[in-house]
Amino acid sequence: MTPSRTGGATLIEVEHLTMRFGGLVAIDDVSFTARPREITAIIGPNGAGKTTVFNCITGFYKPTVGRLTLRGEPDYLLERMLGHEIGQKARVARTFQNIRLFPGMTVLENLLVAQHNKLMRASGMSIYGLLGLKRFRTAEAEAIDKARLWLERIQLVADADRPAGELPYGAQRRLEIARAMCTDPRLLCLDEPAAGLNPRESAELNDLLVSIRDRDGVGVLLIEHDMSVVMTISDHVVVLDYGRKIAEGAPEEVRNDPSVIRAYLGTEDGADA
Amino acid sequence: MDARLPPMLKDAALTALIAAALGIFIAGFRTYDVGKGLTFDFQLVDLAIAVVTIFFGRLGLQLASIGLKWPAFVLGTILGAIGAAPVRLPSTFLHWFIVLAGILIILRTIWPWANAAMAHARHSPRGVIYSQHFAKWFGAALLVAAVLMPFAPFADQKTMDLAVLILTYVMLGWGLNIVVGLAGLLDLGYVAFYAVGAYSYALLSTQYGLGFWSVLPLAGMMAATFGLVLGFPVLRLRGDYLAIVTMGFGEIIRLVLLNWVDLSNGPAGIGGIPGPTLFGAVFAETAPAGRQTFAEMMGVPFSSNQRLIYLYYIILLLALVTNLFTQRIRRLPVGRAWEALREDETACKALGINPTNTKLTAFAVGAMFAGFAGSFFAAKQRFISPESFTFIESAIILAIVVMGGMGSQIGVVLAAVLLIGLPEWFRDLGAYRMVVFGLAMVLIMVFRPRGLIAHREPSVRLHPVRAGP
Repeated sequence: MTPSRTGGATLIEVEHLTMRFGGLVAIDDVSFTARPREITAIIGPNGAGKTTVFNCITGFYKPTVGRLTLRGEPDYLLERMLGHEIGQKARVARTFQNIRLFPGMTVLENLLVAQHNKLMRASGMSIYGLLGLKRFRTAEAEAIDKARLWLERIQLVADADRPAGELPYGAQRRLEIARAMCTDPRLLCLDEPAAGLNPRESAELNDLLVSIRDRDGVGVLLIEHDMSVVMTISDHVVVLDYGRKIAEGAPEEVRNDPSVIRAYLGTEDGADA
Repeated sequence: MDARLPPMLKDAALTALIAAALGIFIAGFRTYDVGKGLTFDFQLVDLAIAVVTIFFGRLGLQLASIGLKWPAFVLGTILGAIGAAPVRLPSTFLHWFIVLAGILIILRTIWPWANAAMAHARHSPRGVIYSQHFAKWFGAALLVAAVLMPFAPFADQKTMDLAVLILTYVMLGWGLNIVVGLAGLLDLGYVAFYAVGAYSYALLSTQYGLGFWSVLPLAGMMAATFGLVLGFPVLRLRGDYLAIVTMGFGEIIRLVLLNWVDLSNGPAGIGGIPGPTLFGAVFAETAPAGRQTFAEMMGVPFSSNQRLIYLYYIILLLALVTNLFTQRIRRLPVGRAWEALREDETACKALGINPTNTKLTAFAVGAMFAGFAGSFFAAKQRFISPESFTFIESAIILAIVVMGGMGSQIGVVLAAVLLIGLPEWFRDLGAYRMVVFGLAMVLIMVFRPRGLIAHREPSVRLHPVRAGP
């Protein structure tokens, strides 16, 4: 284990995670941990199984073998939970490789839907809401304030009432992150957030992710191909290749690891070491 | 002469030829029953007029499509004038046909211009405000008109009957709009819940003597329960699969009603269902023992219209409740979650929204309003049988929602008036009225593929709309 900035605390513990689709082994006995208030990057060539790891953590797939523990009070065993419970109870949020906003709804509505469970409780299963009680109106005003705060952080206040599908690509990426953050997550899983961004947008994304780590104190799991993002902001890097973990450590260590260089560039004679 | 003209003439001639070839069998002959068998007459004059109209109609559309506005406009006006002229054509339908051709050409001519102007208006801040005001005032005006309608001079029995029918469909449309328009669940078996509501009232009133107003909430709850029970196993399906299964459930309910004779009296149906009362007063010429009639209570002479007007106000009230409920719930978390589920179910799951529960609430709430409408239907008809709850009813209600514009409240009203009202008003056209019905549907789908009113008003705004500088 590499020394970390937050001491020995663990946020999520992935143990012996294996995922088979029929005869195909997408992930083969992968174990790693991520800490709170850290950005842990998962990198690897295409088809290495990065998104499959995410889908296991967020409940979209049920792992064939392995245990996924979200540490906290109490601990949650994610592999035993239903998809939506992972967001609702364990408070793991995620974004998607191909953006999945609610395109016909406005930017603000997207952020309010993310606060659904909190608002649902305040609306007393909609009954207080239907009656227009003050208790619900206060909760809704708070939710809108929170949404406005995030819109300020991603510079989209002026576009709040536009349908999300009309926004430019980079803004949609930022909005998806803000939407995930509106669920008050403890762990935020980002699947290639920098894909398709220009260098300026990419730098802005770095600032946003660092502020999510430092200001909001959220642990971030990051899948990314853009090495300028990975090497600048991550605290810890896990490298996958063909479903196996081939290296792990601080960005500097991983960058110079011969097996990582081999996985990305291939060896000179094409033979395995 | 314009070089573009000959190909257009050729095209129009070809179209007319096809129309002639098809029409000779459809409209070219007329069969008569002469006692010993059938004989037929030629109707070649009718056919010739129709074919010539089609020739000029096609020509006009072509002119409009290449941007020759004025010739197209003139041609359309001439056709309209010929159709409306007091010359004697062999049938009234031909008059309509020619007028319609003229209107189509004119519409086609002004369409691109009107469309561009509307698109421009929609995107300017002033346009947004106008459209909001317009929607508000239009809705208010419709409401006032609806409340005053029974006292209008044209409100005879036939008109009132039709108005009650249209309002029933408006209410069903608004109810289904929750399921299809907001939650995006394609439900082809909506009529099942309508049937549950109708049979709830029919059975509870004839067997246990309960009144309309006490059964109404029970019927709603009963239908909602059926919605939950039917919804639970099927709501994990999506799109087309869900549509097919709900259609199956709709048929199952009808078949159960048809065959479970002990409960529902089977195909013979249930008769003698009491009508709704007003503070205990009945709407009939003579009251049963211990009751009084509405006429006695108010001290006015009895008229059969009183009952109809009362029914009209009940369904108007029920429809308004449905509308207000939908408007309100759309702004609540559950309503937003419905819309979010329609947009992207996977994203909802990732945000911790329970998709099954959320869909079930939409299904149950939609079913509840169908239950209300069903018990109204039973009270109005006083006789129900499984025949009233066939698949075609579900299809019509769904058509109202889709053509009105998914999720649009005013759109449902327009579509209900169009789909239910038009076939009734055009009864004079005889067998051709279904052609007009089909034509109206095709036109809406061509010109407004997302429904009559496709605009979606956000459920909440961060910046209230203000007039631009």
